[in-house]
Amino acid sequence: MLALSRWKIAVVLASVIFGILFSLPNVLPDSVLAQWPSFLPHQRLNLGLDLQGGSSLLYEVDTDALKKERLNDLQEEASQELRDAQIQFSGLSSTTGVVALKISDISQMDAAATALAKVGGVVPGAGREVVVTRDAVGNFQLALTPVAVQQGVRSAVAQSIEIIRRRIDLLGTKEPDIRQQGVDRIAIEAPGESDPQRLKDVVGQTAKLTFQMVDETVQATDATTVVPPDDQVLPYEEQKGSFIVVKRRVSVDGGMLTNAQQGFNQNNEPVVDFRLNGQGSHRFGQVTSENVGHRFAIVLDNKVISAPNILSAILGGQGFIEGNFTIDSANQLALLLKSGALPAPLKVIEQGTVGADLGADAVRAGVTGLAIGAALIFAFIILAYGLFGVFAAIALIVNLLMMFGALSMTQATLTLPGIAGLILTMAVAVDANVLIYERMRDEANGGRPAMAAADAGYRRALTSIFDANVTTMISALIMFSFGVGPVKGFAWTLSIGVVTSVFSAVLVTQLLIGWWFRITRSKTLPIA
Amino acid sequence: MSAPQIVNAPRKSFWPFIHFVPRQTHFNFVGLAPYAAVLSILLVIGAGASLGLRGDQPVNFGVDFVGGTKMELTTPGAPPFAQIRSQLGAVGVDDAQVQPVGSNGTAIQFRSVAGQAPDAAPAFVAAKLQAAFPGLKVTGVSEVGAKVSGELIWGGIEALGVALGLTLLYIWFRFQLQFGLGAILALFHDIVLTIGFLSITRIEVSMTSIAALLTVIGYSMNEKVISFDRLRENLRKYKTTPLAEVINLSENERLSRTIITGTTALLALSGSVLNPASALFSLTATMAFGILIGTYSSIYVALPVILLWGVRRDDDEASAINFQTARR
Repeated sequence: MLALSRWKIAVVLASVIFGILFSLPNVLPDSVLAQWPSFLPHQRLNLGLDLQGGSSLLYEVDTDALKKERLNDLQEEASQELRDAQIQFSGLSSTTGVVALKISDISQMDAAATALAKVGGVVPGAGREVVVTRDAVGNFQLALTPVAVQQGVRSAVAQSIEIIRRRIDLLGTKEPDIRQQGVDRIAIEAPGESDPQRLKDVVGQTAKLTFQMVDETVQATDATTVVPPDDQVLPYEEQKGSFIVVKRRVSVDGGMLTNAQQGFNQNNEPVVDFRLNGQGSHRFGQVTSENVGHRFAIVLDNKVISAPNILSAILGGQGFIEGNFTIDSANQLALLLKSGALPAPLKVIEQGTVGADLGADAVRAGVTGLAIGAALIFAFIILAYGLFGVFAAIALIVNLLMMFGALSMTQATLTLPGIAGLILTMAVAVDANVLIYERMRDEANGGRPAMAAADAGYRRALTSIFDANVTTMISALIMFSFGVGPVKGFAWTLSIGVVTSVFSAVLVTQLLIGWWFRITRSKTLPIA
Repeated sequence: MSAPQIVNAPRKSFWPFIHFVPRQTHFNFVGLAPYAAVLSILLVIGAGASLGLRGDQPVNFGVDFVGGTKMELTTPGAPPFAQIRSQLGAVGVDDAQVQPVGSNGTAIQFRSVAGQAPDAAPAFVAAKLQAAFPGLKVTGVSEVGAKVSGELIWGGIEALGVALGLTLLYIWFRFQLQFGLGAILALFHDIVLTIGFLSITRIEVSMTSIAALLTVIGYSMNEKVISFDRLRENLRKYKTTPLAEVINLSENERLSRTIITGTTALLALSGSVLNPASALFSLTATMAFGILIGTYSSIYVALPVILLWGVRRDDDEASAINFQTARR
């Protein structure tokens, strides 16, 4: 194994150069980096919020919109209940903060009251969500109780936080802080000078997707056109300024999506491919087979993004959305659809910058501590193994260079948890060398000549190193794919570290020891 | 336990130090196993008791986990962060986070204030700060929720569970089932003791603690696999030697590696463990504890499981070894 094959030298040299090139931007001053030729890497390590601060956004859940949305649903339910009870009614609306309607036949007052009492759900521990009032001439009003509104806001905030986290995680390991502030606010902090606009793009959009049938019997010229109560007028994005009348009834909604990704249609235009779950496929199949030749509208956040003709029944639960996309905007919509719709629109109410969570002084003390630790490792390994210790120390430096290079290249965010991963990697990297050297000592002790002992040391230690690192890699990859937030960051650092540490501990030292044997023609091992 | 015996160690030179590490030792590791078992059980009970007796604060959950109060301040000049932090500590604010906002703003976050009702705490803190720093204004007070959401915790636990399950399968595939079960039991031992350590020391549990725990698991798993690897090799080499003796032999053979690697890992942490003001203190203190526990549990939790269960010697039937043999 100590033979100095050309590919081994080439691979090691290439990795060292890679490490240096990609780590270099971290230590160069801005002015030098600006003049750096464009083919060289420019990315610096992203430090996390806990280490360097970043930008902050404060959002508020749009309570009015949330309420309006809920009233819309209730209006739908009320209409359904009354129809089921065969009660005629008119003037159904939900524009004044309550659902209002008038029944045609006053003799049906009690029957209507019974039917309408079924509208809405129950707030845990606070009775029904809706209060029904009536007057003597058949007017009914359904109002949300204050507790129900409050409960709605509370669960909307909790849901929004999870959805925002999923969306930002899909953007890459940026490791933002997302937390509730007060009753109806969500504070988001993202590290570094990361573009707040990009953040706002993915956080701010509700991304409520629905498929609704177009009502082709009614034309609308503007948003205020009066249409039948079961219809609604929505702006049409493909022809700006025009409007489309669609049925209120939602055939399929975004919640039934199982996957969405950017793709291309037959004209090579960017589209969003989607796949529906079982229930969604069934409904979509049913609706499209009943309406061949008619148009259905794809509605995103109350705007029709396209309204294609149904050419034939779509039964497989798969389809795509067209609508003036660029590759970027199609990707973004796919990301939003995959992570789910926000339960209510969010408004930005504050935007600013924040400093490091931990305080600059504490971070400085931490960095000093790590530097001391690293210096101690180097001193110890060199004291313990002499020249071979120097080789191990060089391998460790190569390892660090490669790690910083890889972390800068992949633009992962280095946080305190990530540093924990780094420390573990360093310890495991040293461990690989210790395993090899201890094997060499065993072999030399067993009577083998120096070079054969060194060779056997590598060969026999490799099983242990292999098993130990495969085990670590399995855990790291699983934690990376399943984990969220800090777990993900830690796992990413660890996975990079496993690869670089095995590489440097095994290959780099092998090369150095090989050279050493060739130069000195030593008959003894310095560590035996 | 017999004294270490130095065999065949001709004095060569002062440096490298490795010459002083004996090549062969004959510690009776297995002989101590029953005592270690008692110790481990006591430690686990101790950790459980500390967690159980603290009621709703089994460990010292920080703002990251339970939320708290956020106050925004402005000061006439550049904010004196260090003084604000020490002033907060002096008036009994637990685990205050002091964070710069914009050019002359400061955000402070804390979970609770000693001796103050939650409602009264912000006013109390504001009064104390204004007395200490003339011109300081409180521009906003709000309740903040936890950074660590339920999904985050459950996602983490789920990920860890799957990772441990797959590791078990891998060890089963590469070694034998009882090796994997020994490793998993040892890992649970380490996790419980590390959480117990956090509970007893009242170190603030933050997001970072999750990473510390994962690191402990990672190091511990590495130890187990290295130990198993040597055992497997010796089991193939000495087919008829009693299991307990093979375990002793293997552990003695890898003792120098265990010591050198353990020392290296602890040295890497020492710079931060010894300085409580460091941002990395709670992280590295937990990790240092975990390294000690992980090394211990490799020898005294994972291997005894294998010893009690017995191993398959190639095609031979599994043979259980009782403790009488082991104690000899």
